[in-house]
Amino acid sequence: MRVNFTVNGRQQEADDVWEGESLLYVLRERMGLPGSKNACEQGECGSCTVRLDGVPVCACLVAAGQVEGREVVTVEGLADYAKHREDAHPGGGCASGACGTSLDSAKRWQSKPTDGQTGEAVELSPIQQAFIDAGAVQCGFCTPGLLVAADELLENTPSPSDQDIREALSGNLCRCTGYEKILDAVRLAAARQGEAVQS
Amino acid sequence: MDFLRPASWEEALAAKAEHPTAVPIAGGTDVMVEINFDHRRPEYLLDLNRIGELSEWEVGQEKVRLGASVPYSSIMDHLRAELPGLALASHTVASPQIRNRGGVGGNLGTASPAGDAHPALLAADCEVEAESVRGTRLIPIDAFYTGVKRNALEPDELIRAVHIKKADGPQQYSKVGTRNAMVIAVCAFGIALHPETRTVRTGIGSAAPTPIRAKEAEDFLNAALEEGGFWENGKIITPAIVKQFAALASGACNPIDDVRGTAKYRRHAVGIMARRTLGWTWEQYRGAGRTLEGAA
Repeated sequence: MRVNFTVNGRQQEADDVWEGESLLYVLRERMGLPGSKNACEQGECGSCTVRLDGVPVCACLVAAGQVEGREVVTVEGLADYAKHREDAHPGGGCASGACGTSLDSAKRWQSKPTDGQTGEAVELSPIQQAFIDAGAVQCGFCTPGLLVAADELLENTPSPSDQDIREALSGNLCRCTGYEKILDAVRLAAARQGEAVQS
Repeated sequence: MDFLRPASWEEALAAKAEHPTAVPIAGGTDVMVEINFDHRRPEYLLDLNRIGELSEWEVGQEKVRLGASVPYSSIMDHLRAELPGLALASHTVASPQIRNRGGVGGNLGTASPAGDAHPALLAADCEVEAESVRGTRLIPIDAFYTGVKRNALEPDELIRAVHIKKADGPQQYSKVGTRNAMVIAVCAFGIALHPETRTVRTGIGSAAPTPIRAKEAEDFLNAALEEGGFWENGKIITPAIVKQFAALASGACNPIDDVRGTAKYRRHAVGIMARRTLGWTWEQYRGAGRTLEGAA
């Protein structure tokens, strides 16, 4: 079957989709967006977390046919999504409009953190930068899901308590870090977000 | 496999009548796992996501009509006063991602003894609104669970909503698991005080082939509370009564040994949860009289 939906703000079409296929499979194998990770395929680990109409969900538990006409944001579009939110909708979010990420650039997306020496332009969302600065990434497999979940937390709860953070990330498993640095990263991003609002 | 995408409830009923083997899918929590792991290859998947009314609820005089697909996160956010037991139970479901998609209709459709909503539904008292092209019927929750992962639905029926009695007294929910998130219950216990009818109802999860009520424990407690005038005088319930209630709740279980726990442990834990949740709800009843807010 054919499925039409918006990915990172741009209309996309997937053909020859098997009826039992998950959104995760469509994203990774048909659209060339492997940022959302495939680990447990049963909603246990959160590695495949994406936004579906703004709401964080496990892409492995969404049937491809269920996303017809809906909006999906993946980690590849997170930087643009966060930038657009900052520019056009302070304090809010938006997944649609002319402001999305093209599939091509999403496929080619690579993290380019601020380089201390060259001062190269930042192409990361604040939460991504905070994960790097706090050392919250080790093997990196859980990172995309955590980034999408944490970004949504900070969108809706700008000054989260530790309890809020733990709860928001409770569906994302990390086997490397022991979570402490991940919590640090979210606190850091929240603090920077607060400073930006004040200044 | 065919993917059926009805745009309205009527279309969904017609599709289910035409293809009784069609598997309804809404939040995907159970169905997608079975497909991902090749445990199931349904001939037809019946997507219910386009039917907006399934995600709506109405608060009436006596009952809440909860659409089958209202996500657990909405129950937690919006129905904590009316359905405190179910709101507490919802908070123990899996993770935020799952709670954003899953709803009570799926729990009922799967009818696993470990479904988190069941003890709260049994304790609050409710009816399941099942519909087919032949008509609508309300199935009392006590008659809904018919066996391990079996329910009273006919092959052409779909769950449209659940009519849950609004809380008229404190309710509590307790679940045993190895951590707070992403846990299938080792066992669970729900309790609801109904001061208007001077009754207490209970629900037990994961400790019998189906979700069950601890009926003997309820009968004993109802008689003891009446006899002692506890509903009027609001006194602390005598420890001997609480102990007997817990023992009867434990005795209501018919559990198995499995990877999550032993039958012996489940019986023991259900007794403990019965004692504790009765204590919590009764303190609420005595204290603020009618504190309806569930605590997280």
